[in-house]
Amino acid sequence: MTQVKRRANTKMVPVQSDAIVPERDADKAPVLEARHLGIEFGGLKAVDDFNLTIGKTEIAGLIGPNGAGKTTVFNLITKVYEPTMGAVLINGRDTHGMNIVQASKLGIARTFQNIRLFDQMTVEENVRIGLHNQIKYNMFTGMLRLPGYWKQEKKQHERALELLHIFDMEKLADEQAGSLPYGAQRRLEIVRALATKPSLLLLDEPAAGMNPHETEELMENIAKIRDQFQIAILLIEHDMSLVMGVCEGICVLNFGRIIAKGTADEIQANPVVIEAYLGKKKEGQA
Amino acid sequence: MIFLDNLINGLSLGSIYAIIALGYTMVYGIAKMLNFAHGDVIMVGAYIAFCGLQYWGLPPVIAILAAMAVCTVLGVTIEGLAYRPLRQAASLAVLITAIGMSYLLQNIALMIWGANPKFFPPTFINSTTFKLGQLNISSATVITILANIVIMVGLTLFTAKTKMGKAMRCVSEDRGAAELMGINVNRTISVTFAIGSALAAIAGVLLCSSYPTLQPTTGSMPGIKAFTAAVFGGIGSIPGAMLGGVLLGVIEIFGKAYISTELGDAIVFAVLIVVLLVKPSGLLGKPVREKV
Amino acid sequence: MTKAKRNRLIYNIVTYALVIAAFILLQSMIANKSISRSLKGQLVPICSWIVMAVSLNLVIGISGELSLGHAGFMSIGAYTGAVVSGWLLNSFAVESTLLRLVLAILAGGIMAGVMGALIGIPVLRLRGDYLAIVTLAFGEIIRSLVNVLYIGVQDGHLCFSFLNRNMPEGVTMLVDGAKGAVKIKPISTFAVGFVLILITLTVVLNLVNSRAGRAIKATRDNRIAAESMGVPVTKYKMMAFVTAAALAGMAGALYGLNSSTVVPTQFTFNQSINVLVFVVLGGLGNVLGSVISATLLTVLPEVLRAFSDYRMLVYAVVLILVMIFTNNPLIRSFADRLIAPLKQLLRGKKQGGDEA
Repeated sequence: MTQVKRRANTKMVPVQSDAIVPERDADKAPVLEARHLGIEFGGLKAVDDFNLTIGKTEIAGLIGPNGAGKTTVFNLITKVYEPTMGAVLINGRDTHGMNIVQASKLGIARTFQNIRLFDQMTVEENVRIGLHNQIKYNMFTGMLRLPGYWKQEKKQHERALELLHIFDMEKLADEQAGSLPYGAQRRLEIVRALATKPSLLLLDEPAAGMNPHETEELMENIAKIRDQFQIAILLIEHDMSLVMGVCEGICVLNFGRIIAKGTADEIQANPVVIEAYLGKKKEGQA
Repeated sequence: MIFLDNLINGLSLGSIYAIIALGYTMVYGIAKMLNFAHGDVIMVGAYIAFCGLQYWGLPPVIAILAAMAVCTVLGVTIEGLAYRPLRQAASLAVLITAIGMSYLLQNIALMIWGANPKFFPPTFINSTTFKLGQLNISSATVITILANIVIMVGLTLFTAKTKMGKAMRCVSEDRGAAELMGINVNRTISVTFAIGSALAAIAGVLLCSSYPTLQPTTGSMPGIKAFTAAVFGGIGSIPGAMLGGVLLGVIEIFGKAYISTELGDAIVFAVLIVVLLVKPSGLLGKPVREKV
Repeated sequence: MTKAKRNRLIYNIVTYALVIAAFILLQSMIANKSISRSLKGQLVPICSWIVMAVSLNLVIGISGELSLGHAGFMSIGAYTGAVVSGWLLNSFAVESTLLRLVLAILAGGIMAGVMGALIGIPVLRLRGDYLAIVTLAFGEIIRSLVNVLYIGVQDGHLCFSFLNRNMPEGVTMLVDGAKGAVKIKPISTFAVGFVLILITLTVVLNLVNSRAGRAIKATRDNRIAAESMGVPVTKYKMMAFVTAAALAGMAGALYGLNSSTVVPTQFTFNQSINVLVFVVLGGLGNVLGSVISATLLTVLPEVLRAFSDYRMLVYAVVLILVMIFTNNPLIRSFADRLIAPLKQLLRGKKQGGDEA
């Protein structure tokens, strides 16, 4: 980790900003603060001046047309990419110079747009990887099967089943993850992410490929997860019924820049957003 | 003088590496696989040319053309039989298959031509020696370096100007998109193997003109070193293969001359490791970002 | 107990039981003198090759990286073992062959493990084909270096020299450049080899079914996802690589101390490929498979003399066919359909058994 050795000792105070969080989270420190975040790929600004604050138990949505840079924002927050501009603060800590693993330990977990499960491992093993930093014992305890091994393995097993219970997936525990149906794979990714005990859960198109009934169920589950775990959730989604139904704060991205922020009602009424999605009316057309 | 002598030897050896490396780099760029058997195609080419000259009494040019023809067919056959069924498979599986192919070629050669080394007969390539002051330059050296330049210019023009060359660049950049645009990906990959294998035959003849001992394992070490050269120069890049090959040849000859003869190979491989650690995309390669 | 856990337990028990049964059978054959001379000579090498195959499987099958320099670690172990054994005898007059053998194997394992760590730090940052070619390069570098290495022992201390044979008068040579490790007293025994196999199996099987082993498998299946779950990928790749290197070093020491000389040309790239064939044929990730294929492929060529000329040819064809058959979706589904009725039959029988 590269850190600046000498730091100025000035006390900084918060100033007015356009950040919004749910009222119940107003007196708590936000989970995520992205400040003037940006990244360039060979001169192209994929994301530029991205500012976002997420409250401790907020469900937030990140929407925008294809290629707007939504997944890139996720990759910046999770440190898959190092931002070229700005900063990401997780629970108040600057993530500058951190790698993916360190960001995960700070309390970020994510799912992927194109599902990334451990295909050749069982469902339970997938969840156990999520528990990797939660329930620990070292390599030699494992190799020599010391008492700690049995104790912690039992703990991992029980915890994994508990987590799978969220989506009623305990029965699938012994199945190979790669052989699950698509919807179950998406749900398993969420369970696996939850196993890391995150304070911020990033969901990249969780409803992609789901039917309306499954989406409905997912929506309920997202709210349930927030209530049960008291965590913040940021999701990218194209299904507007889900976004408008479950997200409290919504942020609209186009060409790498935020074009609107607000509640579902505000966003739906915003002409800039409508223009970004549907295009501008040409002069003289009805 | 000794320095110049070594430099010229290095350039000559490096040019052979460069021609072999072109085959690696083209296949790697387009099929995204390390064709481990490429080095052994060189060996087959050299044996065919050897048979043409020694047993069938062919004129050198015809023998070389015959070697190129056989290698082209061989390369396309290998690709179609062994690599094409694995187009969607993990790179580990493809690599193991390629290693198997390399072994297969070596052992078939062992059965046909035996383990005893054959001595490649002299041809017009290494018939004369030019005197330049105190320097003695073999014609093989001159021809090798010239051939390298001609091949590189030819390939650069081919990929830039012709329809097939453009198709190759498309496939190397995005196979799926190329397929959607109506490019026949399998045919493009076959042509790439054909060109690479024909070049391997030339490299085989040039290699044996300078180092005339021919064995079933003749191709494997130069093959591995040429791959090193391709990585050194930046895999997928045609000028990179040339630059990497020439530099590697010079480094090897100088290493053998000034450090230790026994450690020549070790020095070459040490260079590879240092390059991969410092600049994994090679001297002229473009870094690729994994899509998440 | 869950289904997966039960299957795993059965698999492990079968693996251990098979190895122990084979050992008991062979020991009784030795006692009865009903074992052929050539097979008896093969016993220690078979043990070495089993350890080599199982450890390489840890890298290729479990960790998902192709290492082409495994023979290099074996040679480090063989040389270290020869030097340590010779040194113990010469300088400390350790007469007990068992003690010398055990210490030599340990030293071989440690030395190879340390080299594995040194190599792994830079190499494991690379991916896929590059990693394969760099491990190949390291294997060749190790071979070149031991080719110009000279170690002798005199008055209780070791003398080293490199590139030139620069040794004091009256020295006893242990490693003599291209001649290899010389004048080794063969002290390897089948029993020690058997114990080494058991240790290897315990290490690898226990590792696979533990927190660290799951992390290794996760990095194989999806690197980015593993990192996102907070699994430090390089650390676990390193763990697999170094463990495998150390085991290969132990196998090397056992192998080296089974004969009177060890030469660098015994541990070429071809030898790495040999072990790769064991692993691929036994099944990637399948430890029991590695044990069986290493045994059969070491014994068979000795039994079928006529076949030995074509051995490498057949290996090559087998490598290609196994890869195509296990990885081509069309062929695979065709094979599955062929096997399906058979599976059904087995399952039917098993269910019947459960009811009874």
